[in-house]
Parts: sequence; C-alpha cells; structure tokens
Amino acid sequence: MARSATTTDAFNAVAEASRRELLDAIGDGEVTVGELVDRLGLSQPQVSKHLGVLRAVGLVLVRADGRRRWYRVNGAALKPIHDWARSFERTWNTRLDQLDDLLAELRSNQPQPPTPQPTNTETEHRS
Amino acid sequence: MSTTTGNRHGSAVVTLPSDTEILITRQFDAPSALVFKAITTPELVKRWWGFDTSVWKVCDIDLEVGGSWRYVIGEGDEEVAFHGVYREIDAPHRIVSTEAFEGLVAMGITDDPDSVASLNTVTLDEVDGVTTMSTLVQHVTKEHRDGHINSGMEGGMQVSFDRLEDLVTNAAA
Repeated sequence: MARSATTTDAFNAVAEASRRELLDAIGDGEVTVGELVDRLGLSQPQVSKHLGVLRAVGLVLVRADGRRRWYRVNGAALKPIHDWARSFERTWNTRLDQLDDLLAELRSNQPQPPTPQPTNTETEHRS
Repeated sequence: MSTTTGNRHGSAVVTLPSDTEILITRQFDAPSALVFKAITTPELVKRWWGFDTSVWKVCDIDLEVGGSWRYVIGEGDEEVAFHGVYREIDAPHRIVSTEAFEGLVAMGITDDPDSVASLNTVTLDEVDGVTTMSTLVQHVTKEHRDGHINSGMEGGMQVSFDRLEDLVTNAAA
C-alpha cells in the first residue's frame, strides 16, 4: 500500500520513531547537528536527513549563526497533532459520560435493576 | 431520580505509558459490579459505547474466555465495526480482550485486522463505592502502530500529551 510521503504533514513526519526521538532530543532548547549526533548516537547524515524532513513540515526551525546552524522545535507545527490527541480524549469523555449517566440510572433503579424482560405485567398470582 | 448524575463529566484522563500503549482512566460513583454489568451487557453497552449519532447494527457479547464480541454502528452512510476475543474474565474486577478495527481493511492497512488487534485490559477498582475504571490499550506490534500512523491518526498518540502540551505552550509564550 502506498504510504503518504513523510513530508506530507506533521503526522507523517513524526510517524518514524527516530524523528520523535530527535524532537525530544532538541526539546525546548536550540542545538547543532553535532550535539544531536552525540545525544542520539546516530550518524551525522542520518541526523541531517531526519532534520530535513522535520524542517520540510515546519516542525523544526533553523537559525544560521556564522558557520553554525542552530535547530529548535516549532511547537506551533505540533498543534494539529496535539489537537487530534485532544479529540481522542474528548471521544472517550463523551463515551464515558454516557456510561456515567447510565450507571446513575441503573443505581437509582436498584435493588431491581432493569432486565430485558419483554413484559412487566402483573399476571403472577400466588396462592 | 438520581442524585449525583454528571458530577464527573469530562473527567476521563488519557495518558500514554509507552510508545505502544494508551491508558484511559475514569471514576464512577457506582459499585464495580454495576460497572461490570454495564460494559458486558449488550442492552446496556448500546446505551453508552457509541455516539449520539450512532445507529447500532450489531452488539454481540459472548462473555466467556475464548468467546467473541462484535460491535457494528452506523455513522451516516458508513458502518464502523470492531470485534475481538475475551482472553480473561474476572467479574467484576477485570476483563482482557482483543480489539480489531475492521475498517483497517478498507483503509488498505491490513487484510487481517486480527493480526494487528490491540490487547485491551479493563480494570475495575472499587473503593468506598467509587469505581475507578482503567482501560489499557496495548498495541501488539510496532508494525501495527506504524500502520495506524499511515492513516495520519496515531502519530499524534505516540508523542506524549505532556510533551506536546509543553511544546505547544512554549510556542504560544
């Protein structure tokens, strides 16, 4: 099956674990390629390749300082992922709130919880 | 009718214990026996598991070890179907089951959803009449995880919420 290109959007870019680790390694600081090579134990070409993908989707920003290039995470580009993750939480909240309401109803009906009886007529007579 | 309905609305907490796991935690003002009943009885499951817009098509639960379950709901013109097998049942404390999303076939991710089913462990812990329900979703393989990512969905789940929160907050500052 055809996979979306890694540079399609932020979701695809972070689909690979190495690039998530790279984002973590950069953290909220500003680092050079050399520092990332040291921290991650990857080769310089590997780090540069991953940085290229992250830059293409705007997840990483670069600043030139003389001959050095400093990389930092662009949090705003992570927002779509963050929003999606939150929507997942909202989905679960909706579902579990409904369970909450159901439980309250069942509890209020105890000690005779509803049973799927087709009828509830009082036709039973005891002698 | 009820006295404390809705007090806990919106209180579900979703965390990501590892690269392959999702944990959903929620408390209910009800004994665990009642919660267990609500999550294992088709007539009751139909009343909370879907969305307001869901039309139930199938809700089968064969509650025994090795027994299967299958939920199919209609959302608009589409049907959304999940199924799995019960691995452990310890009423009213714990249920372990597999969960396969049948839509993976149409999405082109796999021809066999069962081969990439997640393992879900639901734990009910009752203390003083309050039951904490923990749902741990464990993806079986990295391949499955990456397959989901291909749909542009789970990529977001792999980066921890806290980490994202920090980064987004930093960006906004």
